[in-house]
Amino acid sequence: MSLPIAEDELQAYADGRLDPARAAQVEAWLATHPERRAQTEEWRAQSAALHRAYDAVLDEPLPARLLPAANAPRWLDLRRLAVVAWIGLGVIIGFTLRDQTLPAPGAGTAAPAQAALPRQAAIAHAVFAPELRHPVEVGAEQEAHLVAWLSKRLGAALKAPRLDGAGYRLVGGRLLAGDNGEVAQFMYENAERQRLTLYVRREAPAGGATAFRYAQEKGLDVFYWTDSRFGYALSGATGREAMLALGRQVHAQFGG
Amino acid sequence: MTGCAAGMKPARRPYTLQRVPSADPAGNRRRPTMTQRDAIIAEIPRLRRYARALTGAQDAADDLVQDTLERALEKWRLWRPGQALRPWLFSIMHNIHVDGRRRDARIDYRDEAELQLPEQRASQADGLALRDLDRALALLPAEQREVLLLVGLEELSYAEVARALGIPQGTVMSRLSRARARFRAVLAGEAPPLLKVVSP
Repeated sequence: MSLPIAEDELQAYADGRLDPARAAQVEAWLATHPERRAQTEEWRAQSAALHRAYDAVLDEPLPARLLPAANAPRWLDLRRLAVVAWIGLGVIIGFTLRDQTLPAPGAGTAAPAQAALPRQAAIAHAVFAPELRHPVEVGAEQEAHLVAWLSKRLGAALKAPRLDGAGYRLVGGRLLAGDNGEVAQFMYENAERQRLTLYVRREAPAGGATAFRYAQEKGLDVFYWTDSRFGYALSGATGREAMLALGRQVHAQFGG
Repeated sequence: MTGCAAGMKPARRPYTLQRVPSADPAGNRRRPTMTQRDAIIAEIPRLRRYARALTGAQDAADDLVQDTLERALEKWRLWRPGQALRPWLFSIMHNIHVDGRRRDARIDYRDEAELQLPEQRASQADGLALRDLDRALALLPAEQREVLLLVGLEELSYAEVARALGIPQGTVMSRLSRARARFRAVLAGEAPPLLKVVSP
């Protein structure tokens, strides 16, 4: 009788991977080894069961998201352009606002940080608001943890303002790096998936509170202000009036 | 952790095959020709079938397929003309899936909820419902599941499986043997539950 056939070759036989001559030899050997024959049949049955279960996927219509559009916009390129545009916008805003927010010449060397607040907030909004899979680091379902974490990192008690009355629910938040340390970003979303971000950073106590200011460029509205501890900037593409109302709600919740 | 607390799954953006222009200095095309584009599209049903069996859930499967297609386009210049497209795409999918496994957890398991699938095709000739197979596959270590599916379902050659998974062909054969034995035991209700710690 012939030598035992190795397991690998039996598998190749079951998978139809042997050339016909060798397959015939294996088949002859299996005729006298019923346990091994049953095993190869079992393997084939497994493969057949997999086909029966999953072949239907082959006939399903392809989801639109898997079909590349032949002449679709180059959205990644657009996104890169958008980042450049936002940085350019930030430079313009910063430049435009420098006289309003910097002390007069000779009045000392107070940080020009205030000018950068709406710019930084707008950039952070532009970076994270379009993010689909990871818009925030900590979701709203862990709000207590989120607030405790960000308060600890910013070194003062913080809270996530509520905007549900205006139709925006809290999505969550993340920690960012700003020019002078940690920054908190809270994100909100309404039923139309429009997003707002609230950018909160520490301000030097000497800076004092400032009134509401507004910056707008290319559809992004930013309201920003400072109190004795934090600088705040609320960003989104809502239009000035809506953003003003939202900004007031946030402002009120931080105790003015 | 995403912030979609309400369980809303944001729709993913479409992608395009057209975003990288022309060829790189080495003369390799950096984006597919229209013919190659059609060839990629023709592979999508196979990628979906494999991903569906691999992940046990169609949404997760299509995420994996989309990630695979996007990465294939990013790395299109690495595809050599004449190279078989299917194993190349499967190897990209394998790498993404492995990355995902490492990222998600160091323990490879599936939620019970993830396996709660609607009864889609209840008319299995041998009485094995899709859900039974999903469960059985979920009880295989991922590395065995991959080999079993690439050989048994996708019918890649052993050499193609070895290339797709980046392992020697001998390893393919031994994994296949273990996968089939375990799959048989699971289907027969003999296998203990598996909670496999993925080795680094």
